Amino acid sequence: MLSSAQTRRAAIALLALLAVLVALPAFASAYLLSAMVLILYFAYVGQAWNVMMGFVGQLSLGHSLYVGLGAYAAAALYVHFGVSPWIGLWASMGVSLAAGALIGVLAFRFGIGGVYFALLTIAFAEFTRIGFDHFDWVGGSGGFFLPVKQHGVVDLANLRGPPVMFYYIALAMAVAAFVIAWRLRVSRIGYYWLAIRENEDAAQALGINTFRYKMLAILISSAMTSLAGVFFAFYYNNLFPEQIFSMGRSIEIILGPIIGGLGTLFGPVLGAFVLTLLGDGLTEVTSALGLEIPGLKQVFYGVALLVVILFVPNGIWPAMARRLGFGPSKGSK
Amino acid sequence: MPLKSAAAIGAIVAALAALYFWRLAALPGALLGNVLVTGFLTGLVYGLMALGLSVIFGVVRVVNFAHGEMMTIAMYASVFLFAALKLDPFITLFPVAIAFFVFGYALQAGLINPFVERPEHSQFMLLVAVAIIMVNVLLMAFGPDARSVQVDYALESFEVGPLVIDKVRVYAAAVAILLASGLFAFFRVTATGRAIRACADNLLGAKVVGLNVKRYYALTFGIGSALVGAAGVLQVMLVDVTPALGPAYTLLAFVIVIVGGLGSMGGALAGGVLIGVSEALAGVAFTPSAKSMFSFALLILVLLLRPRGLLGKKAA
Amino acid sequence: MALLEVRNLTKFFRGLRAVHAVSFDVDEGAIVAMIGPNGAGKTTCFNLVAGVFRADAGEVTLGGRKIGGLRPDQVCRAGIARTFQVVKPFPQLTVEENVIVGALKATSGVAEARREAARVLALLHLDTKAGEPAASLTLPERKRLEVARAMATRPRVLLLDEVMAGLRPTEVDEMVGVFRRINAETGLTILLIEHVMRAVMALAAHIVVLHHGEKICEGTPEQVVNDPQVLECYLGAEAEL
Repeated sequence: MLSSAQTRRAAIALLALLAVLVALPAFASAYLLSAMVLILYFAYVGQAWNVMMGFVGQLSLGHSLYVGLGAYAAAALYVHFGVSPWIGLWASMGVSLAAGALIGVLAFRFGIGGVYFALLTIAFAEFTRIGFDHFDWVGGSGGFFLPVKQHGVVDLANLRGPPVMFYYIALAMAVAAFVIAWRLRVSRIGYYWLAIRENEDAAQALGINTFRYKMLAILISSAMTSLAGVFFAFYYNNLFPEQIFSMGRSIEIILGPIIGGLGTLFGPVLGAFVLTLLGDGLTEVTSALGLEIPGLKQVFYGVALLVVILFVPNGIWPAMARRLGFGPSKGSK
Repeated sequence: MPLKSAAAIGAIVAALAALYFWRLAALPGALLGNVLVTGFLTGLVYGLMALGLSVIFGVVRVVNFAHGEMMTIAMYASVFLFAALKLDPFITLFPVAIAFFVFGYALQAGLINPFVERPEHSQFMLLVAVAIIMVNVLLMAFGPDARSVQVDYALESFEVGPLVIDKVRVYAAAVAILLASGLFAFFRVTATGRAIRACADNLLGAKVVGLNVKRYYALTFGIGSALVGAAGVLQVMLVDVTPALGPAYTLLAFVIVIVGGLGSMGGALAGGVLIGVSEALAGVAFTPSAKSMFSFALLILVLLLRPRGLLGKKAA
Repeated sequence: MALLEVRNLTKFFRGLRAVHAVSFDVDEGAIVAMIGPNGAGKTTCFNLVAGVFRADAGEVTLGGRKIGGLRPDQVCRAGIARTFQVVKPFPQLTVEENVIVGALKATSGVAEARREAARVLALLHLDTKAGEPAASLTLPERKRLEVARAMATRPRVLLLDEVMAGLRPTEVDEMVGVFRRINAETGLTILLIEHVMRAVMALAAHIVVLHHGEKICEGTPEQVVNDPQVLECYLGAEAEL
């Protein structure tokens, strides 16, 4: 557990960071702004995934399923019925919750865990990807497009507007995810989740209904992730099953938390920062050299993942936190 | 619970039969026959690939998430050797398989063996990282366009009654069966093979009798990799290769191994044939792009109803 | 009516009879020991009571309520806590967090659970290690942690599975002292499996002896120690105490 001095320092640092982020648009270039939106997006979705893996220890490699379902649900309602995304997001959450519930019930009732669970999640995501390729009401493999109005106008109700608007929305989402994860972590739910992660038999012997808590985790995680999908749809304005449901997307989601630090609160944020900045930096360097190399960034991500798993298995954040004086001598925070 | 298993298998068979009568019964016999034969032959090559995974998973208990990527590398190797040296894949099969053996051995010995005691998801993520690197290096090197190997006899076929069967497919399937038989013999007859089976059956016991388990693990990974290498060289004669095939084949290999049964080499082949046939049928009954949906649905069903697969042994 | 009643408990594992028609009572506030050679079915009995296995025949009653067929977590909520023969700590959590998980069952929130955890840790002399990750503990400490965690659930009956194994005589005496004190002060009912006869004789007022899955003897320590069957199959002709 952290001492109160450490907690105070951490809180001050976080608030300082938040202040910087809130003020950022005033002095950031358009390029930096869009990079930051991406970082905040990955910080958000990484936090949502972390709930399942970092806390409860269930490895989901098909999280793109919830992003995609969330995106398509809200987008379809907007394009076909003019429904505002603020209402559409409830449908998004509903659909993702249903998918998460299905996977959870099937997996946890039948006692499927570990690698098999990961494969099951991949299978569901892939199944849905191919399904949506043939789902013509939302454009099928050709893609689904949202009408883009003038950039200058801020239409918050329909999430139409300039990048700054999306920046603040992404920031709000990332902060909300952080707070939610924090409150969960220090609650009874959080303790029970960690117990399940560490040793499910022992957890059961202490009165924990492991099925119920695992279901809770997948439901929360899928609902949170679906909102990332809604954001994605209205920010990029185009959806393709091949992209949004792809395994590559699922892997992108997990890179941040793993590299930053599984099960920690700041890990996904730090991971998102590091990956996006270095990845974009790499792209900048290569195009400055006049090279255009598709796949180089992904190789970099793969190498980063490899290095972290080999040498810093708990992620970058725990070691950093200790150095900076935010973390306890050992343990997970 | 034999009743539950019987019911499970019965349900799967019934579902498949219903599907058949709904979409396939109306098709002309010759077409159906060709599709079945093609699926069967393709399935044998799939089976060879899955055999590599089954051997690795069954013995070393590592989930080789880079399996499909390795297959894809083998396919590109064959393309490259064919383009550069005009060598028939049936010949380049051997050097590629040997190269893959060495690579697999080194990968296990160097990277994975130290990880054997780490939690399961660590090993898994390690191979995920390797897979990501492999796919994108291929993308960087070869670009996203499809490549293939067109041998001189690629368009020749055997005619057996109303059936028209590509010669390449038959040869490839024959080689697959040959290699699989060789593998069975290796594990049954040779001392090394038996030692590896010992490590798989009872790790502690194997250590107690003095077997150098880590070396056998490396050996096994090498053998599994060699099988994948061979399968890739064969497969590229049947199918075009793109870097994106990597993850698709990894999943396919897992579907086959899980459906056919973990720890069962015969299961890997049988699973391969089953998936090959069902993919071919699904491609004809619905659309070609839907054929993987079928395989995934089968995977989900098997995971839920009979996790040890059709021919598999109960997990320890 | 005893607090814990076991009647005719039977369990087969694919034709192997692990436990056969075992019956015994554990009175409220009593300390009962279950002894017997390895493979006698003692841990299986525990697992049956704790809900890990479903009995093929027989019934377990806690405070008049039938608990056969309940899941392990339901059994715990009914009031039975157990330790595992091979300890199962939560390795990456601190000692304190381990016990908090247990305490949460009996308290209404994390703050109260933390206070309860501190209390239990002090009782088992683990309070100095509260902030250490459980993975860093020695085996005797892990055993004490296991007990602390189970006790934090405020059970009516505590099942202890060979918690003295591997401890030095002084450590055994210390543990015996802790259990004696808790039993005397709170009336906690204890059922323990033990091979360390030193602890059994010091703690148990009543002993049940199992052999090949069946109960072959039951009684006070003096009775059991002099029973010819028990001497032959387990203790040896000259019982050393």
